[in-house]
Amino acid sequence: MLDYETLKLVWWGLVGALLMGFAITDGMDMGVGTLLPFVARTDTERRIAINTVGPHWDGNQVWFITAGGAIFAAWPAVYAAAFSGFYMAMLLVLFALFFRPVGFDYRSKIDDPTWRNAWDWGLFAGGAIPALIFGVAFGNLLQGVPFRLDDLLRVHYQGSLLTALLPLLNPFALLAGVISLAMLAVHGGVWLQLRASGDVETRARALVVRLAPMVAIAFALAGLWLWVGIDGYRIVSEPAHGALPDPLAKEVVRAPGAWLDIYTAMPIAILAPAIGLIGPLMTAALAGAGRPAAAFVTSAIGMVGIIATAGLSMFPFVMPSSLDPRSSLTIWDAPSSHLTLTVMFWAVVIFLPIVLGYTVWCYANMWGRVTADEIEARSHSAY
Amino acid sequence: MIDPTFVELSRWQFAATALYHFLFVPLTLGISWLLVIMETVYVMTGKEIYKDMTKFWGKLFGINFAIGVTTGLTMEFEFGTNWSYYSHYVGDVFGAPLAIEGLMAFFLESTFIGLFFLGWDKLSKRKHLAVTFFTALGSNLSALWILIANGWMQNPVGSVFSPETMRMEMQSFAAVVLNPVAQVKFVHTVAAGYVTGSVFVMAISAWYILKGRDLAFARRSFAVAVGFGLAASLSVIVLGDESGYELGDVQKVKLAAIEAEWKTEPAPASFTLFGFPDQASRETIGAVKLPWALGLIATRSLDKPVVGLEDLTKTHEDRIRSGKIAYGALAEIRAGDKSSETRATFDAHAKDIGFGLLLKQFVEDPTQATDAQIKAAAEGTIPTVWPLFWAFRIMVGLGFLMLFVFAAGFWLNATKRLEQNRWLLWMAVVMLPAPWIACELGWFVAEFGRQPWAIGEVLPTFLATSSLTTGDLIFSLAGFLTFYTSLLVIEMFLMVKFARRGPSSLGTGRYHFERDGLTAAPAE
Repeated sequence: MLDYETLKLVWWGLVGALLMGFAITDGMDMGVGTLLPFVARTDTERRIAINTVGPHWDGNQVWFITAGGAIFAAWPAVYAAAFSGFYMAMLLVLFALFFRPVGFDYRSKIDDPTWRNAWDWGLFAGGAIPALIFGVAFGNLLQGVPFRLDDLLRVHYQGSLLTALLPLLNPFALLAGVISLAMLAVHGGVWLQLRASGDVETRARALVVRLAPMVAIAFALAGLWLWVGIDGYRIVSEPAHGALPDPLAKEVVRAPGAWLDIYTAMPIAILAPAIGLIGPLMTAALAGAGRPAAAFVTSAIGMVGIIATAGLSMFPFVMPSSLDPRSSLTIWDAPSSHLTLTVMFWAVVIFLPIVLGYTVWCYANMWGRVTADEIEARSHSAY
Repeated sequence: MIDPTFVELSRWQFAATALYHFLFVPLTLGISWLLVIMETVYVMTGKEIYKDMTKFWGKLFGINFAIGVTTGLTMEFEFGTNWSYYSHYVGDVFGAPLAIEGLMAFFLESTFIGLFFLGWDKLSKRKHLAVTFFTALGSNLSALWILIANGWMQNPVGSVFSPETMRMEMQSFAAVVLNPVAQVKFVHTVAAGYVTGSVFVMAISAWYILKGRDLAFARRSFAVAVGFGLAASLSVIVLGDESGYELGDVQKVKLAAIEAEWKTEPAPASFTLFGFPDQASRETIGAVKLPWALGLIATRSLDKPVVGLEDLTKTHEDRIRSGKIAYGALAEIRAGDKSSETRATFDAHAKDIGFGLLLKQFVEDPTQATDAQIKAAAEGTIPTVWPLFWAFRIMVGLGFLMLFVFAAGFWLNATKRLEQNRWLLWMAVVMLPAPWIACELGWFVAEFGRQPWAIGEVLPTFLATSSLTTGDLIFSLAGFLTFYTSLLVIEMFLMVKFARRGPSSLGTGRYHFERDGLTAAPAE
């Protein structure tokens, strides 16, 4: 059995891995949704794009659900503070996500242009809005969130309704939102280049070549901003890492440049931003050279680098508090009990490989380009 | 301080979104196995009509499934968004089954379901059947983990409160999984889902038979549905009775409230068939009683009493007084008191800390609570009786009614007299809303009967909320109302459209609306 401190660290890695899995799988069909109005104009073209992810979007979405469930189980304090603290933003994401399951299944059941167009915009919203807000959320985490914990560890926040929502949309957070939206759009675009056909494929390729370098530029800009313009958080004193979690037992200060501490303390960490920068550039090059399979891999690796950069920069913070820095939640004082982390660790070790196994089986069985002929032949059953 | 309007709105939102979600879950649970049965017959016999059955009922299943997934997303968010203190206080125990549900069940169901709809041309017969099977298995496993989580809310076993982390912590994962309440709830709930799926297929098939169209298709569908439904409805009733036994053991308040058992009767207690429970006078007016029955259901014995609500209130008053002491000791420990006396005081009263928290509805610091407040808190531990009393009886009545229709349908079909007995076919059609009403009432009894607790005897509902405002809740409620109403209209429109068109919607050219004449010859 792993000791408590190790398990806390392992769970930081596992939550990160689930978020990366989410970006690579569900992020792909969110990207396809985002690009839908731009790569597909006729009904058949739209159906080609939709059916490249048609059999898989629901399984992909479970990465999102499981990441949420894992945060609940492994970091209940974070689940409690983040979901309620970002109330309006969470509702916006939720309402946008509503369009996806029904959009995919209902869109092609009625042969009417108005009906189908309406659902296509729903699929666009269900892809683009969450993709943007997830980035905005990370942008806000990096700046600290206005919450505090009371003696009974109940979460309180500053503001409500629009007064709480509007400050979330500050320039740095919006830049983070653009990174996330663009990187998922690129990922979806590469997938379309790999699996769609005809004009959809050509347009997707052109978009990837233009968008991917923008991801790299925006990411570099955000890094620079983080270095010179954003105060990070630093732990001054804290209980032993293996101790029972008590968020109020530590001392925290805000300090300029603190988010870059990890890169001097552990120089190898610099690999993450490097990969996050090179990944999108290689994706643009490979997509332009007509090698979508390789571009898909570099796009996925680039996203891993970008997400890892956010996680590493904040380490060991998960949700810093701007209102009362002491209330900040870290990987050491937000987790579940030793037993729960152990049980959940084994659940992941056992089930995740099984999940990956049958996911690959499903993709392999449905492989092949989606063509106009195929859509017309199966017009009663295809999405 | 606690704002009662805000707590009410939070409860309304959760209840409404959960009950709405559960309009779609039982049909998914039930139809998925009916699809496995139909497709198995297709693979074994090679008869195309069973493939058409799988595809057509699968189409209706898909319309329902999509909105089920949509509304399920809300449930994933809502503990965190609206029940933030709950999430902190019990996430250590409650979060684990939810996360395992994702890993073990949702992935399975959701990864395969796309291939069920879109993989007919790409997969061999056997591979496709495997896909259908894994989808059904996944949806049922997800019910297992959800009910383990819910069972723990009703009967929080395998865990203990920790003053250091100010939350409930898991002591035994096995105890949480093997919680007897969770196990009986799981089988009762999935069996109710099987009944729902069966009534759905039975009612629509009966309607085709009454209209005299696509008879070969409708007869076979009807036969599969009544067979499966008969077995399922028997299970629901037997396992519901098993639930009653579990309640008598661990959820005495809920049982006494359902039965309007105000005072402890001498054993064996009688079962009140009908009556009008009056909370103020603590009497059931016009009660019709069945001697011995409650004692037998709840204790499986003739000599053990079923404790009535008045005695339970007295017990709770004692526990609140004990909880008040526990809270005082807890406050000192939280303030840094490390003495062993304080710790010993806390440990002696720790099991009643939840009861101490009940006082927070009246005073910020429960140690300052007056005697009148303690008495009022004890009164508040008894839920309003009449809604539980009636909801339970309507649920059980509908259960027996559905059992009758399945049994009659099964018998008449087996003896080939179904079409002569149009009364039964009409009855089967009329039964269509019955399983939904019964399912929703069942959940109402389970959750309203748990009040005032979010986690039974551990965390009061009013404390479990987030620190949001009434304005936040009005905004989100309006959003849910708008989206859910629109989605329901769209879903019903599609469901009715495709159910009316029947198997002709498959575009095979073999069914009623696709042929020139209006002949009703079997399509085989």
